[in-house]
Amino acid sequence: MFRNQYDNDVTVWSPQGRIHQIEYAMEAVKQGAATVGVKSSTHAILVALKRSTSELSAHQKKIIQIDDHVGISIAGLTADARSLSRYMRNECLNNVYAYGTPLPVSRLVTTVGNKLQVCTQRYGRRPFGIGLLVAGYDEMGPHIYQTCPSANYFDCKAMAIGARSQSARTFLEKHLNSFKSITNVDELVAHALRSLRDTLPNEIDLNTKNCSVAIVGKDQPFTVYEDEDVAKFLALIEADERKPVRVREQAAASPMDDSRDDAEAPPAVEGEESMET
Amino acid sequence: MYYKPRDHDFAVSLVQVYDLSASQFSPDGRVFQVEYAIKAVENSSTAIAIRGKDGVVFAVENLILSKLYEKGTNKRIHNLDSHIGMAMAGLLSDGRSLVDVARTEASNYRMDYGSSIPLKTMADRMSMYMHAYTLYSAVRPYGCSIVIGSYEDGNPQMYMVDPSGVAMGYYGIAIGKARQAAKTEIEKLKMTEMTCRELVKEAAKMLVEILTLAFLFVIHVVHDEVKDKAFELELSWVGEMTGGKHERVPDDLRAEAEKYAKEALAESDESEDEDM
Amino acid sequence: MATSNQTFGDFSLWQNGPQPGNIYNFPGQSTSSGNDTRQRTVQPMTTGTSVLGVKFDGGVMLAADMLGSYGSTARFRGISRVMKVNASTVLTASGDYADFQYLKSIMEQKVIEENCLDDGFKYTPQSIFSWMTRVLYQRRSHQDPLWNTYIVGGLNDSKPFLGYIDKLGTAYEANAIASGFGQYIALPILRELVEQKPLLTQQEAREAIVKCMRILFYRDARSFNKFEIVTVTKDGVVIEPPQSAETNWNVAHFVKGFN
Repeated sequence: MFRNQYDNDVTVWSPQGRIHQIEYAMEAVKQGAATVGVKSSTHAILVALKRSTSELSAHQKKIIQIDDHVGISIAGLTADARSLSRYMRNECLNNVYAYGTPLPVSRLVTTVGNKLQVCTQRYGRRPFGIGLLVAGYDEMGPHIYQTCPSANYFDCKAMAIGARSQSARTFLEKHLNSFKSITNVDELVAHALRSLRDTLPNEIDLNTKNCSVAIVGKDQPFTVYEDEDVAKFLALIEADERKPVRVREQAAASPMDDSRDDAEAPPAVEGEESMET
Repeated sequence: MYYKPRDHDFAVSLVQVYDLSASQFSPDGRVFQVEYAIKAVENSSTAIAIRGKDGVVFAVENLILSKLYEKGTNKRIHNLDSHIGMAMAGLLSDGRSLVDVARTEASNYRMDYGSSIPLKTMADRMSMYMHAYTLYSAVRPYGCSIVIGSYEDGNPQMYMVDPSGVAMGYYGIAIGKARQAAKTEIEKLKMTEMTCRELVKEAAKMLVEILTLAFLFVIHVVHDEVKDKAFELELSWVGEMTGGKHERVPDDLRAEAEKYAKEALAESDESEDEDM
Repeated sequence: MATSNQTFGDFSLWQNGPQPGNIYNFPGQSTSSGNDTRQRTVQPMTTGTSVLGVKFDGGVMLAADMLGSYGSTARFRGISRVMKVNASTVLTASGDYADFQYLKSIMEQKVIEENCLDDGFKYTPQSIFSWMTRVLYQRRSHQDPLWNTYIVGGLNDSKPFLGYIDKLGTAYEANAIASGFGQYIALPILRELVEQKPLLTQQEAREAIVKCMRILFYRDARSFNKFEIVTVTKDGVVIEPPQSAETNWNVAHFVKGFN
């Protein structure tokens, strides 16, 4: 597809003041499987949907621990995320080496933002095709941050990114006010899992193979739960009924389908989200 | 750079284009890439800065893009050094990378000369840096404008640097989407005779007014909802009252300014209703 | 962090020509002088003597006199060896005064940059202590030490903190610390005190510090009876104006045989 002459390079502005390459990189995030981050006043948690490329392959890991107090879940190009996570681990280790204290989550995300920015401005590199949810706990409490290929990052109350994550965001917005007062971590995980389940087509459900959970919080180092360890969390939401999935979203199931733009926000607004301010 | 003709794209290939690189002039002497970058600034939400008699005030409107974001995410006012404040409009991530550069400049200056960097020097260095990104095809111009201000030896100072690398001093400046409307409002003020305390209120009023009008115009939402939820105000100042340090405007004055802005808005609504 | 100026290379005024000092070398010949040895600092120049520090109930108290010695010359008589890092941390130094000034300027810049972030996090005495340890050990490992002994004091999470780092990178924390000659003369006195009563009151700490400063003035030929006391409590850092200890030299004429 050849949209216009301004979309070949990250160093080229379009006459409207947009950089299409960055916006395309933002699309890569929407190709990745969904992941959700939620926090209460004491804990931050991540849940993620794992994919496998074939029946014979294992599911691709989605949650990466960075330090004892922080970890990420990813949507987009996994390889990009791995190089970014190596950088983040380094930043955290350097801080512990120099100051003997864990790196504040906000500072970690700021350095990541500045690293991402460099490849949105120079020829010969492409932007990172990856969106992150960063969950961490520090002296300022629990945090969920979202980072984008556009080098933007956001301090979030809760967030969902990845394929068909709009449904999850809708769920989160609806229940946003209840999260803060939740004292039971399991309850918080249950909420996150429910919102993650909302991104799934009807014929698929969450199971121990395709789902990971991570928890970090007060007096709790970042812990990832995979496979059988997830069962106890899935049991929490087994009983309740699933929200019927809208037909339009099912149509957008194929990742290469152009109609997915309609399922999400209209392109103009996306531009705004990616570029703006 | 020549545009390579493609079979399916023949119509386009007849036209030679001059707007795909920052290192290229058009036949009438323009560098389009810089102009396009300025477009990005013009699409951004608005930032204004006013220089009063005892300091400089910055005010920025932050659109709230999602309910899921925390309050105060994506600040657009930054400290470059303890005595220099900066407000920006345009691509946030570009702005933040400039903040990084500016802090390094401030640090280097102090290491070399043992004193804080004068604002004029900072404006020079930042404009040189941003200008360098308008010269080469391997990079793109910065997609943001910055306003920097300080209060040195009893003199308030303010500069604006745009993506082309031009730096100029101002008494009052607005950048971003609603700059025209804001400039008109700023021009009505006798800012050289006003204190920052007064200017904070005026700046808040301007942004609230302009924004509410813009919102009502663009999206048809309920009036009160716009006033309360659609955006946050960021206010900061540097001047006599802060001892020459750049700081966020204290909460009580901030609340006062917001109240003043909303009252002024309500009054203008009423008078409009009467006119109708 | 430093992204500036690396983009397009550094500008230099003179390139690809003969370098000053190398102009008589013929082409193709080595331009180096053939001697790569370099000498680093092997002795301090202007120096400050002991620093004392002791924890008390609710804070720490440190003292340092204001003399800059040049060898055995009492050369500068009003220089401060204490630095307020932030509202919870102070840094004091013995040894080479220029090295201390250098480190002080770096520390000041670090604090300014941290304040610019405005994210609610501040350096703690513990984190400054850790950072200093890394810096001093790194410098000595490059055979280029900062010729100082530093004592970091402050409130860490509302608990008193006192730490020592020397030019070799040796670091430890304790309830009472002294550097320089004070390690021999004052530290035993301070230690005895805190071993008998682990939690001194602020008044007891002050009395002990002044007593030790007086004894040091009697015994240490590089000391001076004008010193600063700095305290860190939950109310912040207070650096008191220079003061003197009362002295009594009545017995001085008994001392014989040292001239």
